[in-house]
Amino acid sequence: MLARIAENIYWMARYIERAENTARLINVTTNLVLDLPRRTNVGWEYLVERQGTEELYDSLYEYIDEKSILKFLISDNKNPKSILNSLQSATEHASSLRDIIPREAWEQINNLYSTAKLNVQSGFTRKNRHLYLHSIILGAQTITGQLAGTMYQDAGYDMLRMGRNLERADMTTRIIDVRSADLLEDEHEDLTPFDNLQWVSVLKSLTGYQMYRRIVQVHVQRREVLKFLFQERKFPRSFYHSMCEVESCLLSLPKNQDCIDIVNKLQRFVIKKSPEKLLQDELHIYIYKLQFNLNKIHTCIARTYFISGT
Amino acid sequence: MTPPGNIWTNIYGPNLVRDNNGILYIEEDNLRIPSDVSYMLENRLVMQRVFPDLFSNYTILPIENYSSQLYDMLISLSPREIDKPEIVVLTPGINHTTYFEHSYLAQQMGVELVKGRDLYVDEDDIAYMRTIEGLTRIDVIYRCVDESAADTEVFDPDSTLGVVGLMRSWRAGKVALANPPGTGVADNKLVYSYVPEIIKYYLDEDPLINNIETYRCFNKSERDYVIANIEKLVVKPVDDSSGSEVLIGPQASRAQCSKFKRLIKHAPNNYIAQPMLNLSTIPTLVGNRVEPRQLDLRLFILSGRKIQVTSGGLTRVALNKESIVDNAIQKGISKDTWIVDMGDI
Repeated sequence: MLARIAENIYWMARYIERAENTARLINVTTNLVLDLPRRTNVGWEYLVERQGTEELYDSLYEYIDEKSILKFLISDNKNPKSILNSLQSATEHASSLRDIIPREAWEQINNLYSTAKLNVQSGFTRKNRHLYLHSIILGAQTITGQLAGTMYQDAGYDMLRMGRNLERADMTTRIIDVRSADLLEDEHEDLTPFDNLQWVSVLKSLTGYQMYRRIVQVHVQRREVLKFLFQERKFPRSFYHSMCEVESCLLSLPKNQDCIDIVNKLQRFVIKKSPEKLLQDELHIYIYKLQFNLNKIHTCIARTYFISGT
Repeated sequence: MTPPGNIWTNIYGPNLVRDNNGILYIEEDNLRIPSDVSYMLENRLVMQRVFPDLFSNYTILPIENYSSQLYDMLISLSPREIDKPEIVVLTPGINHTTYFEHSYLAQQMGVELVKGRDLYVDEDDIAYMRTIEGLTRIDVIYRCVDESAADTEVFDPDSTLGVVGLMRSWRAGKVALANPPGTGVADNKLVYSYVPEIIKYYLDEDPLINNIETYRCFNKSERDYVIANIEKLVVKPVDDSSGSEVLIGPQASRAQCSKFKRLIKHAPNNYIAQPMLNLSTIPTLVGNRVEPRQLDLRLFILSGRKIQVTSGGLTRVALNKESIVDNAIQKGISKDTWIVDMGDI
């Protein structure tokens, strides 16, 4: 398989997954707004901070408010990580893969981008936002499903799954991190009933609430949620699960030793650590370490397999 | 420098026309990068789907094997004598007008479709493509990138489509290019005018299909004739890749004719002229009526260890009544073209 094609598939998958998870990221806070007392600061600014784009945001917007943040995250074409920009990049990469990906998936990718663009206004209003973000998530999952069901499963499919799972692991940490920057923790005396709401909201935004209750327990507790989202092997959006997926892809690829070593090291690091014991600040630093190592894996993959790495 | 088999043109796509006396002419030689064969193949598939009955009532010579003939021809050029030489199709990329064809042929032949940056030539002049396994040696390149852009080492240094060292590798005989660089010279209309003489000189034979009579404007007597009769002639620049316009004498205004007289006098080497042909027509659906429309025919000829003329071709039809007249079809549609085996009759 050509290195350029491998690289295009990998990035296409990352961009689709990024669009989906950015919708999930917004959902964390959107869900919370509904449950928290009216005057509480729900922390919209953390979304931008966790996306890693706060400097860009500050240079473009004067105020931090719900409307500006949503515009920035959903549609601002100056934000390279906005949902619409991610979907556009996905279609651009897909266009050079017409021979590789099944036609239906190619059409669905274009369809998702064009409908997301067409209906973008509905993402800005509280009333329609849920529906809009839901359509992004559903659209991205449709593509994932189509590719799983119809794409030829050679090295190209491994590239696709690696891109998807690295992006997913990265975004899962960012979604958790939104709530690690929690304003409520220090005030929990008053807000105990609401404290757990945040974690419910994190679980819901990762479609993990139902599975958590079935597998872990009915009560939503911070430490159990963290364990579930970082270490649960069988939950497809947990960090550890994503790493195992990346590992399994690498196992069938050539020249894989360097990359596998880094992945295995990160797997051990995640399993060994007891994230449930981490306090807020430590959690943030821990998440940063995970992201740093994900980046190392990406760099190794690029150096080993991509044309830009040779 | 000798290309494999001493063959300088592996793919040739001449345009044929027929005039009102029923005589066939070669209207144009395409040797640079002859294209549009994918339309011939697709047209046949569509026709078979729409009119299956017609196909079962006649013996129509097949063209489906073009892709495998092309593949075999490319294999025969391989510098390495190995079981499965590595063939690639080199494309300028998705924004090129014939990208569809590049990707179509690569798919049909089951070979990689590569861009310039997928390829790499090492110090030993060996050409590789970059794969996830590392560098994979390649033997034959079906070249759909203009030679002037194909190697930044010797040609246009600003080209983003090329491969550094490709010409070096080709010259060293480590990789074969089809077509080899330089074949575009033969697309020049002035060179075209000499082809019958070239055939006579090298083969001592007369061409089976004649060229259209062509006046070379650099020759004084021919130039004088062209200028005196410009309103009866079609005047073409010798190199149409430069994009200059064509004069259709019988339809041109007096101002246009004077302009071309000036152009010819200023740069006689750049122009040739031909009599205007009355091209043959085909019944064509225009709106909801059938009307006659003029046509030309592109053939596809492969030349490797043996020469193969495809038993079909691409008929190009001018949809616009007026766009026919420079002896070539400019804008139009294409039609499936049959060679019917009539048996012993």
